[in-house]
Amino acid sequence: MIKIWSMKKNEDAAAKRRPKTSAAQIRVQKDLTELELSSTMKTHFPDPTDLLNFTLTITPDEGMYKGGAFVFSVNINTNYPHEPPKVKCTQTIYHPNVDLEGNVCLNILREDWKPVLNLNSVLVGLQYLFLEPNADDPLNKDAAEELRKNREQFIQNVKTSMRGGNMRGVQYDKVIVQ
Amino acid sequence: MATEEALSNGNETDWSDRYYHIDQILDKPGPRTDPSFLAGEEVKRFLRETCKILVIGAGGLGCEILANLALSGFKDIHVIDMDTIDISNLNRQFLFRPKDVGKSKAIVAAEFIMNRVPGVKVTPYFGRIQDKDEEYYMQFNLVICGLDSVEARRWINATLVHMVDPDEPESLKPLIDGGTEGFKGQARVILPTVTSCYECSLDMLNKQTAFPICTIANTPRLPEHCIEWASVLEWPRVFKDKKMDTDDPEHIGWLYKTASSRAKEFKIEGVTWSLTQGVVKNIIPAIASTNAIIAASCCNEAFKIATSSAAYLNNYFMLIGTDGVYSFTFEHQKRDDCPVCGGQAITVNVSKEWTLERLIEMLVEKQDVQIKKPSLATPKRQLYFQAPPQLEELTRPNLEKTLSELVDDGEYITVTASSLPFDLTLQVKYD
Repeated sequence: MIKIWSMKKNEDAAAKRRPKTSAAQIRVQKDLTELELSSTMKTHFPDPTDLLNFTLTITPDEGMYKGGAFVFSVNINTNYPHEPPKVKCTQTIYHPNVDLEGNVCLNILREDWKPVLNLNSVLVGLQYLFLEPNADDPLNKDAAEELRKNREQFIQNVKTSMRGGNMRGVQYDKVIVQ
Repeated sequence: MATEEALSNGNETDWSDRYYHIDQILDKPGPRTDPSFLAGEEVKRFLRETCKILVIGAGGLGCEILANLALSGFKDIHVIDMDTIDISNLNRQFLFRPKDVGKSKAIVAAEFIMNRVPGVKVTPYFGRIQDKDEEYYMQFNLVICGLDSVEARRWINATLVHMVDPDEPESLKPLIDGGTEGFKGQARVILPTVTSCYECSLDMLNKQTAFPICTIANTPRLPEHCIEWASVLEWPRVFKDKKMDTDDPEHIGWLYKTASSRAKEFKIEGVTWSLTQGVVKNIIPAIASTNAIIAASCCNEAFKIATSSAAYLNNYFMLIGTDGVYSFTFEHQKRDDCPVCGGQAITVNVSKEWTLERLIEMLVEKQDVQIKKPSLATPKRQLYFQAPPQLEELTRPNLEKTLSELVDDGEYITVTASSLPFDLTLQVKYD
């Protein structure tokens, strides 16, 4: 066998045994503890020993979704950051980029995810969806069309849905705070 | 040939000149052989009697690797694979026959090699690599991987890096990793903690093809869009929390049916059963000859490392066969901020009576680490997290506790902070 150990002698860094914490786990620790949560975002860990599953509540303080509290579930698997976290909206909401099942159309959650991105990028991305709903990448087609055609009506619909209203046979969840 | 005679004697599996060609390399040093090369009987004895090699994966690459190793003179080979043989494997996984469909790849492959190559012992394990502990991996001199999953590679890489014990040279196990994707492939030599590791290169991986979810939902143009619609959007809508099993023909059948009707609606052609399976299982067509090239390269490296008979690959060989033939070899650099092999590891001698807060203050003040706002956890529990607020609040009471309440003597703490490239490992020793 080659004598690898002789090369090893010159390497002082990382020469000590390390604990068997998975790379995903360390990365999640790093991502979470360096989150820059603004006053409009809040995380909740149902089981605080489980860092891989938590909810994020976004309460926009401006824009047409102001006054609502939108709850997303965030699920990170052990292949993070090779795979993006799975994010779903837990409520039925009226939004061009969120369908009635809670699927979210955000590029960095799917086709544009890269391991250099982190949880902060995801949170900022989600927050942005509420400030600037995007009619060009619709998941809820009706909402997107309304936004494009009649912005005033769209804003009215958002208000109705946030109060827990019923539109076109869809019962929306009440997300207004207070 | 003399072969038949010697074998029929029954008392000896080796026959004269069995390894004639390989012995040309092992009997005398060449101008470029390593000074530590022990030409002659000693190196042959090591290769053929002592060296124990582990092959992970007995699929497309694995079959080739097993055959190459056995024919190069490795005689104590172990093989792990959790899969069973599928009929679609038979075009390239040449150790398997139609009668073997449904059986364990590891077991069938081991039997085949032992029947075919006299004197080679192949020990199979039908199961997951994660079933085995460090003690198991410690028995090998070398590990070769022919895997198809990033997750399994990350696991074995982290395990081998973690096993390196500075006081125990034998604990450093060279890892040779082969991988193919259609006409492309790569072979690399990883010397855990010495060279760059698998995790160091994670950002070089190709992304899995993913389509924007809004395209899938609204403007499908490709059969793949329809299949993704069925699996990503329709499955959870219809079956809620029921998990999709991509190996269950009933599940694939449902996806195929659902995708087909979607395709019909949008006048898209090309949704087939096998495409459905291919998309949801992310199958990339395997090319037998790419596997052969990569497996050969891996086994050459294993042979050179085991015998020191020639310089080994440093450390990354890639093959691109999509546009003619192109290959490139380079030294992939180790990353300081690699979560597996990078980062600093330091031992701190402290008193049991210290509070966690005092330990953190020491870290912040320590000149050679210079950490701002560190967060700490052991593999078992969170010690103190700077954020998010809920976890900060929950872990805050720990600051007042003494270290002996939280950390065992010799235990490791993972420290992360924005000022660190990735993390810092702290081993706590009590005075």
